[in-house]
Amino acid sequence: MSEASRPMAGLARDDGRPLLAVSDVVVRFGGIVALDGITFDLPAGRILGLIGPNGAGKTTLFNCLSRLYTPVSGDISFEGESILRRPPHRIAEIGIGRTFQNLALFKGMTVVDNVLVGGHTRTRSDFFSDALGLPAVRDRDRGLHHDAKEIIDYLGLGPLARLPVAGLPFGTQKRVELARALVMRPKLLLLDEPAGGLNHEEVAELGRLIRRIRDDHGITILLVEHHMGLVMSVSDIVVALNFGRKICEGAPSAVQQDPAVIAAYLGTAKT
Amino acid sequence: MAVREDIAETAVAATPRFGGLTVPAWQRLITIAALLVALALPLFLKNFHVFQLTLVMIYSIAILGLNLLTGINGQFSLGHSAFYAIGAYTTAVLMDRFGVPYFLTLPAAGIVCLVAGFLFGLPALRLEGLYLALATFALAVATPQLLKLSIFEHWTGGVQGIVIIKPDAPFGLPLSQDRWLYYFTLAILVLMFAAAMRLVGSRTGRALKAIRDNPLAAKAMGVDTALYKSLAFGVSALYTGVAGSLGAIVVQFVAPDSFTFFLAVSFLVGLVVGGVGWIPGALIGGIFIMYIPNLAEQVSKGLAWAVYGVILILVIYVMPTGAAGFVRLVAGRLNRLMSSNR
Ligand SMILES: Nc1ncnc2c1ncn2[C@@H]1O[C@H](COP(=O)(O)OP(=O)(O)OP(=O)(O)O)[C@@H](O)[C@H]1O
Ligand SMILES: [Mg+2]
Repeated sequence: MSEASRPMAGLARDDGRPLLAVSDVVVRFGGIVALDGITFDLPAGRILGLIGPNGAGKTTLFNCLSRLYTPVSGDISFEGESILRRPPHRIAEIGIGRTFQNLALFKGMTVVDNVLVGGHTRTRSDFFSDALGLPAVRDRDRGLHHDAKEIIDYLGLGPLARLPVAGLPFGTQKRVELARALVMRPKLLLLDEPAGGLNHEEVAELGRLIRRIRDDHGITILLVEHHMGLVMSVSDIVVALNFGRKICEGAPSAVQQDPAVIAAYLGTAKT
Repeated sequence: MAVREDIAETAVAATPRFGGLTVPAWQRLITIAALLVALALPLFLKNFHVFQLTLVMIYSIAILGLNLLTGINGQFSLGHSAFYAIGAYTTAVLMDRFGVPYFLTLPAAGIVCLVAGFLFGLPALRLEGLYLALATFALAVATPQLLKLSIFEHWTGGVQGIVIIKPDAPFGLPLSQDRWLYYFTLAILVLMFAAAMRLVGSRTGRALKAIRDNPLAAKAMGVDTALYKSLAFGVSALYTGVAGSLGAIVVQFVAPDSFTFFLAVSFLVGLVVGGVGWIPGALIGGIFIMYIPNLAEQVSKGLAWAVYGVILILVIYVMPTGAAGFVRLVAGRLNRLMSSNR
């Protein structure tokens, strides 16, 4: 990703409005209230760590941001505009990219093709121009290939580019997902448990990588993670959920010491 | 960032070479060789065999259409005989009732089927897997009867169908009608395969495959899955419709009962035998559905379809992923053989 073409996209904004504003979001599945009035802001250029025990509603919130789920009430706005009027496939184009908790790669495709799909919204084409291989379309696609290659190299996936993703180790597949999200050039990046399945050393490396993505490219990051060491070391703000409710929000050091958070993780918290 | 060891190991396979040539180089070589053979072949064969080879190419185009839908986009169809029929009838009606030259009926058949496929694909969006298969099955069984309806009889010729006149070679070329139609079909085949290859390797092709592999993730990447799926249906129908159109010209005859559900299943057999998702596999599928029923009949007249069934099972047993997997396997073996001899 070349910095010149999008210098510090997130950080450039300082009009005081948050990049992402989640307000009073409620999601129900049958009898379960998965999100129960969640509210928080994410200022541009920050890393927000979202924590909470299993089933707290973290992934559900991500799925609302991707418009895969629709809240029964509340609002989510991105750059001041509500995203709830948008269909799921029109979320990428406003600059929200994501990875999935349980890998959601395109299994039958190579690493590079997976990453290229991440750039789908960055170029235009249709069946006709693609079948004819019109020069203009091919030029644009070449530009995207170039970017994809840069990101693949940035994430150390270079030698694997032409391999099918299906056979790669879990941690590597997670990295492919990250590359796929980055090639979109998102303003907001949603990472759902990126450290899952990584060893100690790899987690430390991932922490540095996450900060680098923010610092080098000004991408705002919403990070869901169970690995406390990672969350506390990279986040600027931490929001803790339990049973669909926000139980705490603040600086990592403060959240870490919060009695409600400690209780939630010890399993004694009853909302 | 350091590349870990597990990665470095797999990386050896990143740029495979077979016998000193890269995969794309081999592909180009094989394509050129196959084209030369295809160009020369009719000169050494009797008209009837040339006619059969023309049918092989026509079936291949139809199977390619199904492959774009099923292999590339992951949608099932048991109804492609319907699009083949629509293509065939478009050509027959235009030639017979309106005196349109045969080569102009091809694009017309393609467009009619594109629209028909797209429209059918819209409601089909709500159906997944087996349910979609059932809906397309309904299309396949309904089409022959619709073609027989008396209100359309003025155009379709009802049960009798339509007989059309076989075109001569143009510009006084010294070619028999069968040879001319062979070369004409070959040209269309090359164009349509080239377009399919381009499409599959393009942004659109990647989006189609992404939908096949993980529709939710595709949506999150900004792919308008509904639009691509209905367009895939349309383009698939276009391919199969053009095949139907060529079929009508070559066979010189269309009738409702040539386009039964059995034809749709034959396309599916060709698709699986050739390899789902592998574009050149459609050619192998075409050869299979053209010649294997004949072969079975030669083995036993009374039990032809039983023999066909046995052959089919054997083929699936030997090549569980169709010719596609088989070709990959053989290429891999050959490569190991050559590199161990070095
Ligand atoms: N599609 C769904 N249908 C029904 N219930 C669901 C669905 N998705 C989530 N839930 C329920 O909503 C609650 C929140 O789940 P969610 O996946 O958001 O938790 P999470 O915080 O991501 O947990 P984890 O840390 O285990 O990933 C759980 O009780 C879960 O069972
Ligand atoms: Mg989760």
